[in-house]
Amino acid sequence: MINLVPHLLAFQQSSSEQTPEGSLFFPPKASNFAAESDWLYNFIFWVSTIAFALTIIATVYFVLRYRKSVAPEPQPSPTHSTKLEVIWSVIPSIFLVIMFWKGFELFVDYRKVPAGAYQIQASGVKWKWTFRYPTGAESDVLHVPMGEPVEILITSKDVLHSVFIPAFRVKQDAVPGRYTKLWFEATMPGTFPLYCTEYCGKDHSAMNTTTVVHETRGEFEEWLKGALNPYEGMTPVQSGELAYTRRGCNACHSNDGSANTAPSFQGLMGATREFEDGTSLVADENYILESITNPKAKVVKGFQPVMLPNGGQDLSDEERDFLVAYINSLQAN
Amino acid sequence: MTNTTPDVHYLNCDKGFKSWFWTLDHKRLGLMYMWSVIAAFILGGIFALLVRMELMQPNMGIEENAALYGWSKELGPANLYNHFFTLHGAIMVFLVIIPGIPAALGNFALPMMLGAKDVAYPKLNRFSYHLWLSGAIFFVLALVTKGLDTGWTFYAPYSLETDTAVVFATTGAFILGFSSIFTGLNMLVTIHKLRPDGMTWFKMPLFLWAIYATAIIQILATPVIGIALLMLTIERVLGVGIFDPTLGGDPVLFEHIFWFYSHPAVYVMVLPAMGVVSELLANFSRKPIFGYRSIAFSSVAIAIFSFIVWGHHMFVSGQSDLVNVVFSALTFSVAVPSAIKVFNWIATLYKGSISLDTPMWYALSVIWLFGIGGLTGLWLGTLGTDIHLHDTYFVVAHFHFVMVGSAIFAFIGGVFYWWPKMYGVMYNETVAKTGTAIAFIGFNLTFLPQFVAGSKGMPRRYFDYAEEFASYNFWSSIGAMTLGVGLVIALYALLKSLMGERKAAPANPWGAVTLDWQCTSPPPPHNFDHAPPVDGPYDHELVRWNEDLQGYEPVDPVDGDPNLARMGSAKLA
Amino acid sequence: MTTASADAPGHDDDHGHGHDHPKHLAHHFDTLEQQFGSSKLGMWAFLLTEVLFFSGLFVAYATLRANNSEVFSYASSFLDTKWGAINTVVLLISSFTAAMSVRNAQLGETSKLKRNLIITLICAGGFMGIKYVEYSHKWHAGLLPPGLENSMFNPETPWIPEAGHHDTDYLNLQRDTMDMAPAERVHFMTTLGRFFGVYFFLTGLHGVHVLIGMGVISWLILRTSRGEFGPDNFTAVDLVALYWHLVDLVWIFLFPLLYLIA
Repeated sequence: MINLVPHLLAFQQSSSEQTPEGSLFFPPKASNFAAESDWLYNFIFWVSTIAFALTIIATVYFVLRYRKSVAPEPQPSPTHSTKLEVIWSVIPSIFLVIMFWKGFELFVDYRKVPAGAYQIQASGVKWKWTFRYPTGAESDVLHVPMGEPVEILITSKDVLHSVFIPAFRVKQDAVPGRYTKLWFEATMPGTFPLYCTEYCGKDHSAMNTTTVVHETRGEFEEWLKGALNPYEGMTPVQSGELAYTRRGCNACHSNDGSANTAPSFQGLMGATREFEDGTSLVADENYILESITNPKAKVVKGFQPVMLPNGGQDLSDEERDFLVAYINSLQAN
Repeated sequence: MTNTTPDVHYLNCDKGFKSWFWTLDHKRLGLMYMWSVIAAFILGGIFALLVRMELMQPNMGIEENAALYGWSKELGPANLYNHFFTLHGAIMVFLVIIPGIPAALGNFALPMMLGAKDVAYPKLNRFSYHLWLSGAIFFVLALVTKGLDTGWTFYAPYSLETDTAVVFATTGAFILGFSSIFTGLNMLVTIHKLRPDGMTWFKMPLFLWAIYATAIIQILATPVIGIALLMLTIERVLGVGIFDPTLGGDPVLFEHIFWFYSHPAVYVMVLPAMGVVSELLANFSRKPIFGYRSIAFSSVAIAIFSFIVWGHHMFVSGQSDLVNVVFSALTFSVAVPSAIKVFNWIATLYKGSISLDTPMWYALSVIWLFGIGGLTGLWLGTLGTDIHLHDTYFVVAHFHFVMVGSAIFAFIGGVFYWWPKMYGVMYNETVAKTGTAIAFIGFNLTFLPQFVAGSKGMPRRYFDYAEEFASYNFWSSIGAMTLGVGLVIALYALLKSLMGERKAAPANPWGAVTLDWQCTSPPPPHNFDHAPPVDGPYDHELVRWNEDLQGYEPVDPVDGDPNLARMGSAKLA
Repeated sequence: MTTASADAPGHDDDHGHGHDHPKHLAHHFDTLEQQFGSSKLGMWAFLLTEVLFFSGLFVAYATLRANNSEVFSYASSFLDTKWGAINTVVLLISSFTAAMSVRNAQLGETSKLKRNLIITLICAGGFMGIKYVEYSHKWHAGLLPPGLENSMFNPETPWIPEAGHHDTDYLNLQRDTMDMAPAERVHFMTTLGRFFGVYFFLTGLHGVHVLIGMGVISWLILRTSRGEFGPDNFTAVDLVALYWHLVDLVWIFLFPLLYLIA
């Protein structure tokens, strides 16, 4: 219990210095939608609060005023009043129409992607996001330039996921077999959390990353250049290690021998593998390559064949080579 | 003195396990439903507490969790947490809230409110209960075999590929669906055909209107989830290609069919709760309900509207923009009849003579809780704000205020209201009210902070979260424990009344004039020899307090039978 | 004993209300009309439930067909319209005899009632027999949902029939998909498989309803033999006939939607 106490004081503290602070109810307002969305939120909040306060005040007052000890017998009063009932049907209805209309207007903005928006593809796979940029660069953290409309084209490789960037007030499900989209214009530099909000299995709550907003287009372009070939200047083993995390192998395969959904990579090369169909072989480079491209060909005893073909993603030939080199380097202790 | 407990009543007319298990008596079935639902509620509640324990503080790694809770390291806390919230949701929805009021309280009270001897189909009624038990067994099977980690919504394609006991759970939910359909069918026909002479539609107690509206939903919506779950099961077993995208299926189609039932299902939970609250407010204010017709019609309106708003669960699912706009507009149409009910309830209190007995505490709690639950729905029906709030803790808090704050609180209120009729005993008011107060405070403490966590951006179904959400979750967990304590006290108050020195209940402890209070407490096996004479359900001047009885007696007894009030023509000033 | 006594307390004989009580009237009803009306209303409500139950499947069918209308009409050509049409006629006849049996029961014509019920039962059995012929052909020919191992539409391990044995459909398919690119062909085959998934699901669920119907009709025949039905007690016959008409009606929709879209 003692270590809980600091959390009570954590209210309003931000975890990263780069992340701008939010207000009492909201995360930071970091996109073109934030101000309008929050305004509408506040509008509904005040209308509801006033309506709620009135009903509760009336209830409490009536209960005190007409409680049995004060009012032993009920007094004659009308059992219905058409006038009153029309009033309390029509007045809320007016507010409801306003809410719907404002929500509709904002929704139109949400869906109307400006022409020439910078297009990024987002792809979810259990439990990792990959973002692809027009130059061919890829990243697992979303990078966007500030002050420019950005369109995210979203899909999923396996189950339902959802892209949610609270600071931008945007959200859209990722559906396997189809594309969905959202757009925004970042208005504040910094790093903001990006969550998966559609339940997707075991590590759903770990399927989060961040959005980095670059203050200028130049800064963004510079990052983009570096991201184009992330393996530049690395040895094959180093590249393999990067691919291991970039491509999400680490979600199921450990590199330290610990048990997980799938066999660990450590000590794999040269070990004798026993398969579900009763056969076995000594793991070599060709076996590993086959298991990456066609995981269901040989299923190791005690594991489920849940990995998608080609590792569930489009690995390049180069990356496969890097991975083989990396696995080769992970000798058993 | 006929007004005391009769020698032979429905509880002691027959003894032994078989006499209960194979009974056709709606009152016994109602009681069995009630205790079964309470048992399932305790199980679901334990899962809720496990969820809140995990979420009490952030950054709990595998090691810490394993050490703290003694969980299996292999399973991992994330996996285990996913099982907890799934089972919590599935048990609470399918086994507790949906059958809660219609099957338990409806079965017990509805035929008596009609002055009838039983429901229209007693054997079907028993079959419904046995179906409930079978469904529950399938849920237990899922629980003890491989568990369930799909979320109660069973969304495809995850539910198609997880290796947990999805087929057991969907089979269970399928069976429970038919239990619910048959209960609804029974209630609908009973209300149509077994109303006594003189009880026109607009002289029915509002609880009956609510159950009637609920029955419409049960009959028309529940088969759709039946087929959705059947399709999911077949898809999982045979691979048809309806929902599975790897076979070219459409996972969004599952969402549509699922919510076509599951949104109306919310009203299967809430409409009967509104019916109970209407009864309680009128009877404890000793006044006719204000705007009887608008409450009755709003129940039916809500039932009808509930069928055309399901798409608001899917604003960010990828369905077309036009569909989103239409569903948003339709969603607001449900808000109006709900608001009308609340205003009518408050107007009922005006110039009444309000007794603050335990059931009334629950009824007043529901005004508060449903107020918050209903109003926070506005953020989620509004397209512009739902995009941000969808699938966050804001939603979690919203539907708990509606489903627990309204449906469960009304259910408990109803249990306290009919308890004297069920068992012929009075409970200790002080203990019972203490439970109510603690539960009410605990509930608000649990779920109010979740609204803030949600609008700050905390996604739902997360077993771990960022530091910034820590304080909300801490207080929420404290609130959950408080709520648990309150509910345990409430249960204690009920059980205590059956033990030791019993305080016998009068036939009519609350001064209600609906027919269910005109037979003895507990009622005789066949309720009434003849249907009692009927007039308005809320003519409270027809009964008066009798100090000797510690209950109400008719001002003008029928044929010298002090239990039966003469209504209608003989109405006294 | 306990069962009976749980039922008994409300029964009039125990309490002697004084008004005479017809044999078939349950204790909680006042009149036979009320009891009959209740049964009828309940049955109609249940039929509504059934309609909604099937509607979910029809929605799935509509969605899949709308997305792949050409493939669906091509797939339909693999169904045998002749058997489908015969089954339609068989069910229509059975619906007629079911309707007649209600009339027989109302008039107390026990032997005619029994005859009509037996014809209904035979028709239902014939329907299932024809379904069996159709199913077993498709099973052996590999025209199955894509998730099954011996389905020729399985995207991962498509099943290939042995030469000369139920391979006509396979050869036709080969011929028609010859010009397609490999990826296009896989997509086409999976979509075809989906049609058969929906086909088996819809007709299978309908078949289960026919089987249930056969069960209750047999029960009616048994009760008829005991002479239980007559002008004052024909509710059960009436309700079963209503159910049977619904089963027939569903088939009336299934037949064109599956067989006649080629």
